[in-house]
Amino acid sequence: MLLDRDRIFTNIYGIHDLSLKGAQARGDWDQARAIVKKGREWIVNEMKASGLRGRGGAGFGTGMKWSFMPQETPDRPHYLVINADEGEPGTCKDREILRSEPHKLVEGALYASVGIGAHTCYVYVRGEFYREAEALQRAIDEAYGAGLIGKNAAKSGYDFDMYVHLGAGAYICGEESALIESLEGKKGQPRLKPPFPANCGLYGCPTTVNNVESIAVVGEILRRGGAWFAGLGRENNTGTKLFCISGHVETPCTVEEEMGIPMKELLEKHCGGVSGGWNNLKGVIPGGSSVPVMTKGMCDSALMDYDGLKEHGSGLGTAAVIVMDQSTDMVRAITRLSAFYMHESCGQCTPCREGTGWMWRMMRRIGEGNARIDEIDLLEDVTRRIEGHTICALGDAAAWPIQGLIRHFRDDMESRILEKAGTQAARSAQAAE
Amino acid sequence: MSESTETFAFTAENQAAAKAILAKYPEGREASATMPLLTLAQRQNDNWLPRTAMVVVADMVGVELMRVYEVATFYTMYNLKPVGKNFVQVCTNISCLLKGSDDVFRVCKKKLGLENGETTPDGMFTLLEVECLGACVNAPMMQIGEDFYEDLDADSTEKVLDALVRGDTPTPGSQAGKRVGCQPAGGLTTLTGED
Repeated sequence: MLLDRDRIFTNIYGIHDLSLKGAQARGDWDQARAIVKKGREWIVNEMKASGLRGRGGAGFGTGMKWSFMPQETPDRPHYLVINADEGEPGTCKDREILRSEPHKLVEGALYASVGIGAHTCYVYVRGEFYREAEALQRAIDEAYGAGLIGKNAAKSGYDFDMYVHLGAGAYICGEESALIESLEGKKGQPRLKPPFPANCGLYGCPTTVNNVESIAVVGEILRRGGAWFAGLGRENNTGTKLFCISGHVETPCTVEEEMGIPMKELLEKHCGGVSGGWNNLKGVIPGGSSVPVMTKGMCDSALMDYDGLKEHGSGLGTAAVIVMDQSTDMVRAITRLSAFYMHESCGQCTPCREGTGWMWRMMRRIGEGNARIDEIDLLEDVTRRIEGHTICALGDAAAWPIQGLIRHFRDDMESRILEKAGTQAARSAQAAE
Repeated sequence: MSESTETFAFTAENQAAAKAILAKYPEGREASATMPLLTLAQRQNDNWLPRTAMVVVADMVGVELMRVYEVATFYTMYNLKPVGKNFVQVCTNISCLLKGSDDVFRVCKKKLGLENGETTPDGMFTLLEVECLGACVNAPMMQIGEDFYEDLDADSTEKVLDALVRGDTPTPGSQAGKRVGCQPAGGLTTLTGED
């Protein structure tokens, strides 16, 4: 069981002093100068030792990612870009960091920048998070005022600047290369890779893009040591994680827990359990809208980490746990996600631009019962023609929820069609009389 | 794109703000300021972006006008025609759907006499169904202006709208009266100071 003393986000509910002074009283910025002085190699090694995997959804090793950044040269500055374009349906953890723990993000950004040889950081905050961006800007201003960032940050001799950049409503900008395009003042359309951002990112310069939560935990990891973080959770799935649990639980909430916590324990300990009891559970989307839904049978034993959820054909994603009880119209829920991906497709790749619309229209037909049973197989086939055939992962993300639905809840889809057909048959029989 | 005949110019205060925005980006990379400047222009112009403002921004950042049109039409938060003083955006994505966003949206439509995307004749309200706004553990929710109204049901939605009709500013955040943020409404399960 995770103890409060091993929790990183001790003010995630924003109930304590939000100012720099308050954050420092909770331990933020402690030993900042010494940590910066230890230098790039030490920081990267410590992050590798922690086993931290990116908290934005992809789960790539953070220390490893940083180690891909080249040596600094005077003509090509390095950039740290923090992805705060939180918009994956179900996900609302970065918002809490921005508004309640912004100092952790500013501090982590300094150390991460040392780790990748950057002196400039941009935080790309989704435009709707206007209040959250204000809170972050206040924290940045306070840190500048206290000499913790800026020229000679924390008296370490290292220069570091940090800026907030507001987006304007495009989910696709959460994809790192689309985010970079957007930050350069263009439409947010993903780039072909390679080259990867570590070689050719913002303004064609070496760039690392990290999620808010990944950066906000860096300060505590470096203070306590990578081994401390690695000692929590399971091998290859280390540390603590913010889980945001929404939907049909008694008390939806965001909570920091140890990686690998059983799903049932997570829901019962912090959320008052599934509405109507565990046996009233229909399914769970465990990692934000882009990962496949799981059945109750899978949820009974699932562990909440990368490998634990992969075992069940799903994924940890952003750790946005969407709980659905027996009252849920599963076909409608997934159809809503299909509408979302259609709305958010950037239009660059044909399979995604056209396919997301096809999938949504087919889902709607099935939901209304206006389809034939074999159209479910046709829909499955359409998802396979999109998955893996686009520049970025939005195509996959649009396909997977439908594949999950067909895999686990095909009966719900078929019964819609059969009910409608039955009603029509009964009507014609009546008319014939 | 709305063909507005009015002219647009940043106020003296916003010219200073624009200068501060441009200073965030390296020399020669002024194009990066396109989005923040469009946002600034929109905020100055009653929350919508006339074509004339795009011309001003294109000139300030030194890019072809077409590049700015592309940006202004790609991102959903740029309003290319006038919107109501109270811009009511209701999330109906999955977490909100599961917790009753149908009720919230129905009350908004009935109370304001609007369908999705419409504005009241007096220009006081615009209603829009939107995608996930990232407050899912406080679902269902809506954004009005910059503020989030969370943990809604039919009654509290009506109360928020009533307050706006009266000209008041309802207190943002959870409307259920059981919590302020994203903690469990039944009381803290962590960070209790015991261990």
